[in-house]
Amino acid sequence: MADTLIQNDMKAPAWEGGDVPYKASYGKMMMWFFLITDTLTFSAFLAAYGFSRFKYEDIWPVPEDVFTHFPFLHGEHPLLFVALMTFILIMSSVTMVLAVNYGHKKEKNKVIMWLSLTIIGGFMFLASQAWEWGHFIHGDSGAIQLKNTEVVHVYNDSHRYSIYDIMGADSHDGQHHHFELNNFQEKFSLNSDLYIRLANRTFLNHEESIEYLNTNANQVLLGANLKDNEYGHVLFADYFFFITGFHGFHVFSGVVLLIILLINTIKGTYERRGHYEMVEKIGLYWHFVDLVWVFVFTFFYLV
Amino acid sequence: MSDEQNGSNWWIWKVFWILLGLTAFEVGLGMYKPEFLVETIFLGTKLLNHVFIVLTLIKAGYIVLVFMHLGFEKSSFKWTILLPAFVLVPYLLFIILSEGAHAYLML
Repeated sequence: MADTLIQNDMKAPAWEGGDVPYKASYGKMMMWFFLITDTLTFSAFLAAYGFSRFKYEDIWPVPEDVFTHFPFLHGEHPLLFVALMTFILIMSSVTMVLAVNYGHKKEKNKVIMWLSLTIIGGFMFLASQAWEWGHFIHGDSGAIQLKNTEVVHVYNDSHRYSIYDIMGADSHDGQHHHFELNNFQEKFSLNSDLYIRLANRTFLNHEESIEYLNTNANQVLLGANLKDNEYGHVLFADYFFFITGFHGFHVFSGVVLLIILLINTIKGTYERRGHYEMVEKIGLYWHFVDLVWVFVFTFFYLV
Repeated sequence: MSDEQNGSNWWIWKVFWILLGLTAFEVGLGMYKPEFLVETIFLGTKLLNHVFIVLTLIKAGYIVLVFMHLGFEKSSFKWTILLPAFVLVPYLLFIILSEGAHAYLML
């Protein structure tokens, strides 16, 4: 079908678009050229992330300490939720290839079925990302920010200990919490099992911790936003919002394009046109979104 | 390619299982972190990270060459798409990451 398109063009004289050295239609080639530019954009984002990570090597948060939760499951399950998100996106890539494949064979109903499943996959991914963002913003155990903006965490028996527990508050009661630093320090000093881990991942004992907090502590941090981040360096949160946000925006645009594609398929637009090349072009974009996630998954969550 | 033309879908599912298997393997490595891979440092980072990067590039290869069909395009077209990334991305990473390591020393 791409071939029939090109054969029509080939009948034209050379200077009217008759030569097709790449044997690819104009639209498909331009989608690829757009994807090259997008590849370079995402490469630049991830390289910038790498720069900051190398620059703050000893105080950069460890991703597996940050993304540890799974909806409806208690305890710590690092990587499990992003693994699920990866699975959803790979699965939706497969349904997309199947839609393209049936498009080649002009089987309208099968294209409709597989496109619909791809759209569902896209929405599932977006919902997962919304949950992940919500959890990241709400925060986990809280932390103490120092006057030099480094972030230290409370530990008990070599596990991270929640500041909500120290303050006797419930982190999931739906209310907005705020803890005063001196109240926290008072309660911290009363419980001799507690100690802190510095940003560079070294530990102090209980007495050293009290002394250290007295001289250096600035405020109690709960959750993460663009200027405060309880998980560690604030740039980590900034990159998280920016890179996963930009990728999520790509997924969202992809879902919108797929919905338009589905409507056109149902209306028979491509049947009348004689080929389903549009499915192939949007398919390229959708696979690219999956491709970017493969890299985000590695460089944000694994490495 | 001929399979695609005669209408069979098995090659799609084959790539799916490869991608799924590689991802599961990565997650397993990330959870259990074999001591040998964590403690061996190579080119400034853990050997484990090199393993992750190689597995990621294999996954990317399958997505681009099979799912995005680039492996079956004319080779002049294929290289027009791939070469800019192959040249510019390693260059960018080399410049920016070595600058980051330098900034760490200056901090």
